[in-house]
Amino acid sequence: MCLGIPVKIISREDKEGIAEIGGVERKVDLRLLEGVEIGDYVIMHAGFAIQKLDEKEAQETLHLLQSYLDGSLTPGDY
Amino acid sequence: MKHISEYYQKDICGNLAGQISSGAKNLGSLTFMEVCGTHTMSIFRNGIRDLMPGNIRLLSGPGCPVCVTPNRLIDQAIALSRLPEIVIGTFGDMLRVPGSSSSLEKERARGAGIHTFYSPLDALELAKNYPQKTVVFIGIGFETTTPTVAAALMDAHQNRIHNFKVLASHKLVTPALKALLESPELKLQGFLLPGHVSTIIGRKIYEFVARDYHTPSAIAGFEPADILHAILNLVEQNRDRTARVDNCYKRSVKEDGNRIALDLMDQVFEVCDAEWRGIGEIPASGLRIREEFSDHDADGIEVFVEETREADGCICGEILRGVKIPADCPLFRKICHPGNPIGPCMVSTEGTCAAYYKYSK
Ligand code: SF4
Repeated sequence: MCLGIPVKIISREDKEGIAEIGGVERKVDLRLLEGVEIGDYVIMHAGFAIQKLDEKEAQETLHLLQSYLDGSLTPGDY
Repeated sequence: MKHISEYYQKDICGNLAGQISSGAKNLGSLTFMEVCGTHTMSIFRNGIRDLMPGNIRLLSGPGCPVCVTPNRLIDQAIALSRLPEIVIGTFGDMLRVPGSSSSLEKERARGAGIHTFYSPLDALELAKNYPQKTVVFIGIGFETTTPTVAAALMDAHQNRIHNFKVLASHKLVTPALKALLESPELKLQGFLLPGHVSTIIGRKIYEFVARDYHTPSAIAGFEPADILHAILNLVEQNRDRTARVDNCYKRSVKEDGNRIALDLMDQVFEVCDAEWRGIGEIPASGLRIREEFSDHDADGIEVFVEETREADGCICGEILRGVKIPADCPLFRKICHPGNPIGPCMVSTEGTCAAYYKYSK
């Protein structure tokens, strides 16, 4: 039940936003977040955006996981 | 965000699985519990159990809100649905859950007005459009979902939509964790903490798990690489004989969570003791609607509710506590299956019995 999906905000009017999910548009309530801008990715749950996805953190985590892969870092180094 | 798809990457997952196996080699047996039902689903769907070395056991916990909703609440919803002036609104997962002698699905087939909604705001819309009816929304779920129900309730209150009411049975995750940690029947070497509950409540609130119970924990996202990353983290904490609360889902989870959502929840609800199906009462683990909003509390509607009866032979409770697995249930597969669910763990797609049924041989 805690399923949340990452969606992209394509327009907003006050607390009402429109999100795009795989080519489909859906209304998303933005009242639980501050400063959501068009183009931001948010986690949507039960019709509400519950968090902005932090692109920088997403990249850093991926970097970490990838560095295990190429052997430049082994787990435990961080 | 192209990075999202990369969390599926096969090579990353394969490598993480390899690291988990080598990391866990000389550590004895490790049991990790995933507290969240959505994790349970992702773990089964992506075959993550099969990637684990022999000494790592993944156990499902009480994180399926539908499964832990007490029978009594379902009976109450069923009784309400039989009143002519009432229309029930619910998240789809609740529909088939058996109460003592019926289910909402059966009542609907008999003609009761029962609608499923993706968002509580859609149920509020229904109330606006049918002022002659009372719409009762069944408020279940953990901290991920509760703010959305609080928002609908707040809208109803502010816009004086008196015919919108909530039958609330929301639960809090951390008191349940505490109850599990206090239970002598369960020995865990780590918790996989729920990603979207934590998105709302933040990382810090879990500090007690490491500090008071010396149990490692890691917050995990829902892609396969997210889950493997968190499992590897738990293996490492065990190897280093340390216990921390680590955040492996930083792109969504902040130290303090989502303040606006927490405040809204607090405005509408207050903490109370709560009954968890199969587990019993856990102190301060539930939420009830504050007096100020009692106009919108469906618990105030007078209705006769039948005496609660649990299904004979169903061991969902022990499964939710992590002390048994579905294969230990004599009804599993033989009598109880998704076409004829006996207990809630078989009904909900996130239920442990349903996951075992679908994915394990
Ligand atoms: S298999 Fe069915 S009866 Fe047995 S514990 Fe699971 S839900 Fe209950």
